[in-house]
Amino acid sequence: MASQELENILDHYRNPRNYGELADADIRVKDSNPLCGDVVEMHIKVRDGVVEDIRFKGKGCAISQASASMLTERVRGKRLEEVKDIDRQYILNMLGIELSPVRLKCALLSLKVLKTGVYTYLGEKLKLED
Amino acid sequence: MSQEAASKSPYRIREDFPILSARRGSKPLVYLDNAATSQKPRQVLQAMEKYYAELNANVHRGVYDLSIEATERYESVRRLVAGFIDAHSWREVVFTRNTTEAINLVAYSYALGKIKRGGKIVFTEMEHHSNIVPWQLISGLKDLKLEAIPITADGYLDLSQIDRFLKDADLLAIVHASNVLGTINPVKKLTKTAKEYGAAVLVDAAQSVPHMPVSFKEIGCDFLAFSGHKMLGPMGVGCLIAREELLESMDPFMGGGEMIREVTLSSSKWNEVPWKFEAGTPSVGDVVGLGAAVEYLKRIGLDWVRRHEEELTETALQELSEIPHLRIIGPESVKDRCGLVSFILADIHPHDLADYLDKTFNIAVRAGHHCAMPLHAKLGLTATTRASFYIYNTREEIHMLAEGLRQALKYFKA
Ligand SMILES: Cc1ncc(COP(=O)(O)O)c(C=O)c1O
Repeated sequence: MASQELENILDHYRNPRNYGELADADIRVKDSNPLCGDVVEMHIKVRDGVVEDIRFKGKGCAISQASASMLTERVRGKRLEEVKDIDRQYILNMLGIELSPVRLKCALLSLKVLKTGVYTYLGEKLKLED
Repeated sequence: MSQEAASKSPYRIREDFPILSARRGSKPLVYLDNAATSQKPRQVLQAMEKYYAELNANVHRGVYDLSIEATERYESVRRLVAGFIDAHSWREVVFTRNTTEAINLVAYSYALGKIKRGGKIVFTEMEHHSNIVPWQLISGLKDLKLEAIPITADGYLDLSQIDRFLKDADLLAIVHASNVLGTINPVKKLTKTAKEYGAAVLVDAAQSVPHMPVSFKEIGCDFLAFSGHKMLGPMGVGCLIAREELLESMDPFMGGGEMIREVTLSSSKWNEVPWKFEAGTPSVGDVVGLGAAVEYLKRIGLDWVRRHEEELTETALQELSEIPHLRIIGPESVKDRCGLVSFILADIHPHDLADYLDKTFNIAVRAGHHCAMPLHAKLGLTATTRASFYIYNTREEIHMLAEGLRQALKYFKA
């Protein structure tokens, strides 16, 4: 395990970016990982098909929360159509550490929440890879 | 040291367990997840291999020598287990897959058949899911009421209202030793009270039978369930110990071969107990392995096992309580605990902590709700970290755990 990546994850866990709520959000979406009790909720403001602003709240393990924090940083300003293309590998690259199958669920919770929100907003059906 | 004393040292015992000396990576394995499953000594592995190499045949069927010998091996383990658990007779020993299957057997064959519509089953807030969900599954079929005896803040059963719970109960299903709190419940006393009210009693002994002397006769309950894989035996075999007259009066759990005496196309007559409850080809090799495990445990003695685990638990409680921001769950007194300690370390999520201990020190602990979600909800927690001990664990391993936890505090900047 490269420790710089881990330091980065811990930093996002201890100092989450874009933490909070958006009063005028167009998308509000929340999901949890019942087995570990990880929870992630996202609020997104959309303008012209673009993520104008985004916030998240949640609780749980470092992997799940850091993943949400990093993801919010990366999708601000992205078009919803681009967000739809984000996949599991994107998250793994973003985190940059090796994950056991159990921890993979933690890492992917934020993506599940984000995509559920975006697909619902677009009135489309989400197909989850797994 | 005498031969006898030497064989009762965890250092000597470790040599019997291949997995404890097999290296995975650079550090030796510190295995502290024994409440989930124990490791297996060479004696058990060899007994199973020998069975399949020299004795394998289906049981209770063949008229040829090999089958007769296999049957004799299988049935000899039943007698061995009966003695080990202090049952009245070998007919009280039913082989199942595990504790879970034993409890389900009681749910379907006893509770569903014998409890009147609208009756009541009582369990406790500290049950493993396997002693909650089977009752929920059948409750709807007969409008059964389910009630849970609460726990106190210090991790004991709150028995202040026990008469109210038991007075109209049909069945008390209770865990002997909690796999999260570690609490050892007064099952003998509770069985007596339940019986005075006319309720049947099932004891989930998954965490007690492997770790301390347990007597079915002395507890006086009707049903007692445990798993072989938590007591040095292989996965795939467990036991239901049940009073013979109850087994006689109950309907079978599953239908098929072995459990019948006579079958016509329209109806069947059941075999005698306990075979009535063992439909299909049993896991004979696993039963043979369980027999070797019981012999191993008898040789070291359950009194020694209990004492050894008390020492380890005492050390763990002591060392962990000195770590800042560490909160231990469950009773303070070692005498009231089985050999495990669950805890919370600062705001570090148990999954992160277990992951860190594994990757950094090769220490295997359990993180999560340990199949006891209602208990965790009651404690206001989603997860805890648990270290659980067995005969091959040493004080040094507890020191390593404590050191690992101190390092974790620094690492997570907690
Ligand atoms: C108290 C208790 N009951 C029941 C079980 C279930 O055991 P098994 O999975 O072997 O059926 C366990 C094991 O985790 C346990 O700790």
